[in-house]
Amino acid sequence: MTGAATVTETAVTITIDGQPVEVTEGSTIHAACVEAGIDTPTLCWAENLTPVNVCRVCVVELEGSRALVPSCSRPAEEGMVVQTDTPRVRHSRRMVLEFLGSGVDLSQADDLHRWMEAYGADPNRYGDEDHPVERVDEPVKVQDELYIRDYSKCVLCYKCVEACGDDAQHTFAIAVAGRGFDARISTEFDVTLPDSACVYCGNCVGVCPTGALQFKTEYDLREVGEWRPEDQTVTRTVCSYCGVGCNLDLHVQDERIVKVTSPSDHSVTSGHLCIKGRFGWQYVHGE
Amino acid sequence: MTDIYLGADRATDVEAAAVDEALRVRGVDAVVQPEGERLYISGRARRLQRRHFLLPALHALQNATGWISPGGINYVAEVLGVPPAEAFGVATFYDLFRTEPPDHDGDTFHVCVDAACQIAGYDDLAASVRASGGHVHLGPCLGQCERAPALFVQGSGGRPDRVPADEEPFELPQADDPSLRLLRRIGVADPESLESYMAHGGYEALRRAGDMGAEAVLEAVAAAGLSGRGGAAFPTGVKWRAVAAETGRPKHVVANCDESEPGTFKDRIVMEHDPFAVIETMTIAGLATGAQNGWIYIRGEYPLATARLQGAIDAARAAGLLGPDAAGTGHDFDIAIWRGAGAYICGEETALFNSLDGFRGEPRNKPPFPTTHGLFGEPTAINNPETLLNVLDIILHGPENYRTRGTERSPGTKLLCLSGKVGRPGLYEVPFGTSLGDLLELAGGVAGTGELQAVLMGGAAGSFVGPDSLDLPLTLEDTRAAGTTLGSGVVMAFDTSVDMTDVVVRIAEFFRDESCGQCVPCRVGAVRQHETLVQMQKRGSLSPARRALIDEMAEVMVDASICGLGHTAASAVRSALSLGLIASAPS
Ligand SMILES: Cc1cc2nc3c(=O)[nH]c(=O)nc-3n(C[C@H](O)[C@H](O)[C@H](O)COP(=O)(O)O)c2cc1C
Ligand code: SF4
Ligand code: SF4
Ligand code: SF4
Ligand code: FES
Ligand code: FES
Repeated sequence: MTGAATVTETAVTITIDGQPVEVTEGSTIHAACVEAGIDTPTLCWAENLTPVNVCRVCVVELEGSRALVPSCSRPAEEGMVVQTDTPRVRHSRRMVLEFLGSGVDLSQADDLHRWMEAYGADPNRYGDEDHPVERVDEPVKVQDELYIRDYSKCVLCYKCVEACGDDAQHTFAIAVAGRGFDARISTEFDVTLPDSACVYCGNCVGVCPTGALQFKTEYDLREVGEWRPEDQTVTRTVCSYCGVGCNLDLHVQDERIVKVTSPSDHSVTSGHLCIKGRFGWQYVHGE
Repeated sequence: MTDIYLGADRATDVEAAAVDEALRVRGVDAVVQPEGERLYISGRARRLQRRHFLLPALHALQNATGWISPGGINYVAEVLGVPPAEAFGVATFYDLFRTEPPDHDGDTFHVCVDAACQIAGYDDLAASVRASGGHVHLGPCLGQCERAPALFVQGSGGRPDRVPADEEPFELPQADDPSLRLLRRIGVADPESLESYMAHGGYEALRRAGDMGAEAVLEAVAAAGLSGRGGAAFPTGVKWRAVAAETGRPKHVVANCDESEPGTFKDRIVMEHDPFAVIETMTIAGLATGAQNGWIYIRGEYPLATARLQGAIDAARAAGLLGPDAAGTGHDFDIAIWRGAGAYICGEETALFNSLDGFRGEPRNKPPFPTTHGLFGEPTAINNPETLLNVLDIILHGPENYRTRGTERSPGTKLLCLSGKVGRPGLYEVPFGTSLGDLLELAGGVAGTGELQAVLMGGAAGSFVGPDSLDLPLTLEDTRAAGTTLGSGVVMAFDTSVDMTDVVVRIAEFFRDESCGQCVPCRVGAVRQHETLVQMQKRGSLSPARRALIDEMAEVMVDASICGLGHTAASAVRSALSLGLIASAPS
C-alpha cells in the first residue's frame, strides 16, 4: 500500500530518528518507519483494514505535537520530525502492553510477547493478593463447530468488527457494545452466532491477533495440548468452489487440515474468504 | 425489505408507535423505505442518510417501556437500516438506556454521587426516595450542583422526564447587579416569550450582524479575542473563519449543550432562563460561517432546558427568525435539537458528532479537525453556549468595548459555577482577572467550618488548589501559569471538615465509569488508577512505589490517549496528592 516514491507520485520526506525517509504522499508514519527499517509494534493496525488507531502501542513522538501520535494512522507530511525510541515513546508503549496484559489473557498473542520483553512490560505489578485487579473474565463461547470466541483474550482492537463490516464482509453481525472497561464485542443482545447475521466467513477469525477468535479445530487441539504450529506445513492453493480465484493457505498438521487462511496481500482476497473457502475443506477428510 | 438480517423478535404496537412518532416529529414520513430508492442510492450510503435518527428512536423506546427490547431494536433497525448489532452497540453506550427488562414499572430516580452531592449527603436523598418506593439509580453529576444533592427523574411508560427542583422559584445570586453582561436577562425576561426577549434587546444583534455581513462579524469576533468556554479555550474567531473558508459541502453550527463536567451547571441556567439568546447567537454563527444547519446537542438530564429551547425555536421559526432568509438576513438557517442519553464523553466534540450521527459516542482521532470534518464528516463550527452568548455584546457594542472587561489575554467576563461549601452556591458572572478569594467572598465565603481546605477548579478534569491560592487572578493565563485551569468554570469549595480521600476516590471512579473504552491508556488506566486509590484508602497510606505508579499511569494517559478525557483523568488526583490533601506517606 505504500513504499518508496516513484516518479509519477508525489513524494514527501520526513525525518525519523534523525534519518531522512521518502514516502509517497498519503503514506502513514508507520509506513515510513517500515521503509526506514524501523521495527514498530502494532496491534489494531493491519494492512487490509482501515486504521482505527485505538490500541496506541504504535505511538511516536512528533515534533510540535503536545501528545504522542499514532504512527499507524497519521499521514506523513513534508518536513515532519519523528522520534520512535525516546523515553516517552518507550514508556507509553510499555504501559500500553502492561495495561493490556493486566486485564486480559495474552498467552496466545504471540506477536506481543516479543514487544513486552523488549519494553520490559510487567503486567503483574498492579494488584496484589489482598487487592486483585479487575480482569476481563468470561466463559468461552462455543456455539458451533466452526469457530469459538474467548473474550477473556480480547484486546478490543476492533479488527473483527471491521472485517465483518465495512472493510470486508459487510455483514455487520458484531459490534462493540457497552462502555469503558466493560466494552465487549457482541452480537445484538449477545445472541448466539447461529441466531445472528453471521454467515461464517471466518474473516473475523482471520484478523484476530490474540486467539480470542479461534477456529474450532485449533481450539480443540489446544484443549488437548496437541496444537503444534512448529509441526505444521502451509500449502498454497486456489479455492475450487467458484471462479473468483481466491488463494488459500492450507495449514496441515499430522496430515489433516487444521485451518485455512488467505494471504492478506493477495489481490483478490486481501486475506478475506467466504464460508466455502474458509470452512468447506472438511470434505477433504470425508467429514 | 432491507438487506439487513433481523432475528425473530418483533416490536409491540406501543414500541412501534413510539418510534414512528419520534421520527414523524423530525420530518421522517416514509417510515418504510420505498423499494425503488435502492436503484440509485444503496447499501451503506443509503443507510447513513437516516442513521442520525437512531438516538431519538432509542429514546422513544426507552421512554415508552422502560427499556430497549430485542423487538424494539429490530424495528428501529428495519426502519432506519441500521444493523441490529450496531444499534445494540449504540444503545449499550448510554447510561439512560437499559437493554434488560426493568424490575420495576415506575420511573427511575437518578441521584448524583459526584463531589458536590457527595458532601451534601446524597445518601440521605437516595434513602428517602427509596423509602417512598422510588427506584434509585446512583450516577454522575446531573448539572445541578448548586442545589445539591441532585435528583433527576427519568420517566417510563410514556411519562415525561422531570427535575423536581425545577418547580422551585429561581433567582440568580447576583440578581439586579447592573454589571452583568451574559446573565443580564436572566430572571428579567420571560424565557417563554419571544416578545419579552425582544423587549430586552433580543434579536438586535442578529439584525446588526445581517447589516454588517459575514466578513465583518468574523473580524469582530476575532478582534474581541473571544475564546471557547467549553474547556479548551480555543479562539472562536479562528474556528469560525476556518469553517467560513470551506466551500462546496453542507456546513453546520453545533451548540455543545452536553454539559456533563462534574460541578458545571452554567449552560443549564442560561438555556433555561435565556433560551432565545442561544438561538439568536447560533443564527449569527450560521451567518458568519455560511452554515445553514444548526444543531443543539443537549444532555438527556435537562428536560426543562430542552423544552424551553424547543419553545424558543418554534417561536423564532413562526416569526421568520429561523428558516429561509432567517430574520431577513438573506441567509437560510434552522435548528434541530438532539438529546444525549447519559455519557460525559459525548461532550467531547468529535464524540458528540459520532453520537449525533447515530454511532457510539467514541471520540475521533484529530486531525482532521471539526472545521473540515465535523458532523456527518462535514465542516462544523462547534461551540459552547456561553461562548456563543459573548457574541451578542461583541456585535452590539464592538470588540473595543468588549475588551474593556477582563484582561488583555482574557478579555470579557466569565461564568463561574460556585458549589460545595460556599455561603451562596450558584451561577456568578465576573470579569476575567477577579481573584479566587474575591469570588468566594462574593458567593458568601466558605461555609461549614468556615476554613477552606481546597478548591476544585475546572471540574473533575481540572485540579485542586489550596487556601494559598486565594490571590490567584481568574484568567486563562494566570491559572495556566499556576498549573491549574478554569476549564468549564467550576469552582467547588471544600472546608476543613471534608474527607478529601472520599472526594478524590470518587473522581477517579468517575473517569473509570465514563471512559468510552476505545483506547487502551484510558480504558485500562482509569481502572488501575481507581483501584490504586481504593487500595490506598483501605490501607490508609500510599507506598512510594504506588505513588510512582500513579505518575507512570498518568504519563501514558496524558501522552497516548485519544482524547481529552484520558488526557485529564489523572489531573485532579495528582494535584490532590501533591497538595497533601490525601494520604501521601506510609503511616
Ligand atoms: C471529555 C470531554 C468532555 C467535554 N464536554 C464538553 C461539554 O459538555 N460542553 C462543551 O461545550 N465542551 C465540552 N468539551 C470541549 C469540547 O470538546 C469542545 O472543545 C468545545 O465544545 C468547543 O466549544 P468552545 O470553543 O466554544 O469552547 C469536552 C471535552 C472533553 C475532552
Ligand atoms: S464469521 Fe464472518 S459474518 Fe460471522 S461474525 Fe465473523 S466476519 Fe462476521
Ligand atoms: S475478538 Fe480479536 S479481533 Fe476482535 S476485538 Fe477482540 S482481539 Fe480484536
Ligand atoms: S481517552 Fe478515554 S474517552 Fe477518550 S477515546 Fe480514549 S478511551 Fe475513549
Ligand atoms: S497500531 Fe496504531 S493505534 Fe493500534
Ligand atoms: S449535580 Fe451532583 S455534583 Fe453536579
